[in-house]
Amino acid sequence: MEAFIDNFGLIWGGFLATVSLTAVSGLIAFAWGTVLAAFRVSPVGPLRTFGTLYVEIVRNTPLTLMFFFWVFIVPTFGIVFPLGFWPAVVALSLYTSAFVCEALRAGINSVGVGQAEAARSVGFTFSQTLGHVVLPQAWRSAIPPLISVLIALTKNTSVAAGFAFTELVAVSQRLINANPVDGFFIFVGIAAMYLVITIPLGILAGRLERRVAFAR
Amino acid sequence: MSTSSILYDVPGPRAKRRDLILNVVFTLFFLAILAFAVYAAYKKGVFDGRWSVLWDPPKNQTGADVWHSLLVRGLGATLLAAAVAAPMALVFGGLLAIVRRGARRRVVSGTSVVVTEFFRGLPVLLLMFLAKLVFGWSPFASVVFGLVVYNLAVVAEILRAGIAALPSGQREAGYSIGLSKMRTTLSIEMPQAVRIMLPALISQLVVLLKDTSLGFIVSYEELLRVIKSNRDYFGDKYLLPLFFVGAGVYIIINILISRLAILVERRMRRSKHVARTPSGEAPLAEGAAEAQRYTANTGYGTGQPPGP
Repeated sequence: MEAFIDNFGLIWGGFLATVSLTAVSGLIAFAWGTVLAAFRVSPVGPLRTFGTLYVEIVRNTPLTLMFFFWVFIVPTFGIVFPLGFWPAVVALSLYTSAFVCEALRAGINSVGVGQAEAARSVGFTFSQTLGHVVLPQAWRSAIPPLISVLIALTKNTSVAAGFAFTELVAVSQRLINANPVDGFFIFVGIAAMYLVITIPLGILAGRLERRVAFAR
Repeated sequence: MSTSSILYDVPGPRAKRRDLILNVVFTLFFLAILAFAVYAAYKKGVFDGRWSVLWDPPKNQTGADVWHSLLVRGLGATLLAAAVAAPMALVFGGLLAIVRRGARRRVVSGTSVVVTEFFRGLPVLLLMFLAKLVFGWSPFASVVFGLVVYNLAVVAEILRAGIAALPSGQREAGYSIGLSKMRTTLSIEMPQAVRIMLPALISQLVVLLKDTSLGFIVSYEELLRVIKSNRDYFGDKYLLPLFFVGAGVYIIINILISRLAILVERRMRRSKHVARTPSGEAPLAEGAAEAQRYTANTGYGTGQPPGP
């Protein structure tokens, strides 16, 4: 217990590192995932193929492999990152974007075809159909899965501990090694730090889902 | 084009011509990028003798030795951890879901809620470190512990969502013929919930298999670590071919399991062994939104048709 309180500064630093890693890679993943989703529903064949290939390959690749690629393989091509934060951001955002893309695409697919047909039959143009009818509905049903993706991302940042970035799990590893007797308390404390992020997000996802369900 | 039908009208002659032009332009664009990447790799000397490590490696080793270490030792250890962890996670997760739904005492069902929510919100790696550093277990035991504890919580949550998707008449029917709460859960709700959520459960296996690679970090000798120790033995430049083999193995296995999930999902939709809702819809459609939440990790088992 004492070890946890004495080292709270260190743990707080780890918490902030986890949060900032989640935020930065979440934003990039969201942007790139949206582009990928647009590719996957576009009428242009090569873009669809690219989007499909990207998503299939990335979501069947373990995240550790992705980190391994950016930390050990990419430097052999002569592209060298400073070790730590940025390789982690690149690996996490490229990995997460595939799931963001799928959540958005599932949202678009969940809108009934009748909706777009109705919009077209009252004379909406393509952009009006998209902007006023399809995307608002798609967006609604995509929010809960997107929050789940964000929760998964928060937990996934822990993999960076194995690749020279000091976030919560790396801190816990260091503290447990230094204070073996207090190991279990340190684990519980670190676990609480994660739950502070993941449980409220989960509750939020559940609430939103119920609201979306009533709106249908 | 089936997925795009919601967004686009049937193309007319002008739109068809435009699509053709865009097709050609983007095909050329991607080919140009690919060609540039290959050329840049060639300039860096990626296509030199290093690939021979896969059939004629240096240091008096044979190609068979390398492949044996990759596929038998490395992949074998990866699959072993998954094969030990998956059944345990399914059994314990099922028990947890049954207790949560069927226990008469609120303390008991409340406990299983807390256990589910607690372990579902933690990174697998943290649980592996708990076993390794605090309990002092072997790397293999730590990997299995992390996988089991995390995935049992996810399985319990998937099954809970499946039960929630059933029409309430199922439960009431159980009570009205005099079954206890636990009996109703065991013989009426669970069998249907497992059926509904089978695709989600299978895609969770993909997640579990992917997570075995975290063993790399807790020094369990799985595929990725074997690749690294091969590099340490043969030298830095041989890492690239070894990595490509490892990545290919992972991706192929995971795609196969994912296809199985899609296949099962298609069959499930025709199943007559799951109660219909009063509106005549299969609860699968109703549970799809729930399923989608819990399978956001893979995207499979979402009740949506698979991509083009």
